[in-house]
Amino acid sequence: MELLVNGLSWALLMGGCFFIITGGVGLLRLPDIYTRMHASGVTDTLGAGMFLCGLMVQGGLSMVTVKLLLILVFILFTSPTATYALANALHGGDIKPVGRDGRFSETIDKRGESSKP
Amino acid sequence: MARALSLGIVLFATWMLLSGEFSIDHGLVLGLGIASVIFVVLIAVRMDVVDHEGAPIHLKLRFLGYWLWLLAEIVKASIDVTKRIWSPSLPISPTMYILKASQPGELGQVIYANSITLTPGTVTIRLDGGDILVHAIAREVGEDLAGGEMDRRVTRLEASGIKMPEGAK
Repeated sequence: MELLVNGLSWALLMGGCFFIITGGVGLLRLPDIYTRMHASGVTDTLGAGMFLCGLMVQGGLSMVTVKLLLILVFILFTSPTATYALANALHGGDIKPVGRDGRFSETIDKRGESSKP
Repeated sequence: MARALSLGIVLFATWMLLSGEFSIDHGLVLGLGIASVIFVVLIAVRMDVVDHEGAPIHLKLRFLGYWLWLLAEIVKASIDVTKRIWSPSLPISPTMYILKASQPGELGQVIYANSITLTPGTVTIRLDGGDILVHAIAREVGEDLAGGEMDRRVTRLEASGIKMPEGAK
């Protein structure tokens, strides 16, 4: 039983580490700040989520687990808000997103067809 | 009144969880908790922030179903972005999309915009009236979002609570 718990916890911790590293690699490889925000998105959703779940498995049914769960919920609520603030500031500062070839990305207007009931 | 009460209950539950004191023996800790909860609820009522945004009790259980669906989407999108990052050819095609948020209320639009940002691969840049400006890491990702499944789910989520008459606090 203990082996199972430890194994599950380790798998989650290693998986979390992998996705956090992926976010870091993405920050280095992607071309501009808009695309880099997507990489950091991987870090603070699946990366942080799996890591905290791994710690929760270690904590078992205790106060520690409840607090870790609260941390996870707070991350899931605050990180999109912070990302939105950053993206909105970039947009307001007239910084345009570029693609891999250095040209500006195009904007596609889908307002006419996005909300079919 | 129901909203103020529910806010108080949630705050006190949080106090108990974080302090870890459930027994009546620790009367001081619980008493301080009750005092501060009453104080905070009074301030919130006086500031007039205990409304459908500050204490959204009308969303209830439907929220849980939506969250589970969103969680699955986040996992799928994370794996997709991870593949793109590690792929040697870096298959990205950053594109901006202007989408329509079909939710009638502001809370629904904010839930939709936050869900978009929470899903790796798409970030909300601006929410202006009912129009959402989204940056997508690749065109397929943006087209998928423009398909409107998330939009419809958030609209249904909000519609389940909007029937409650305004001013029912």
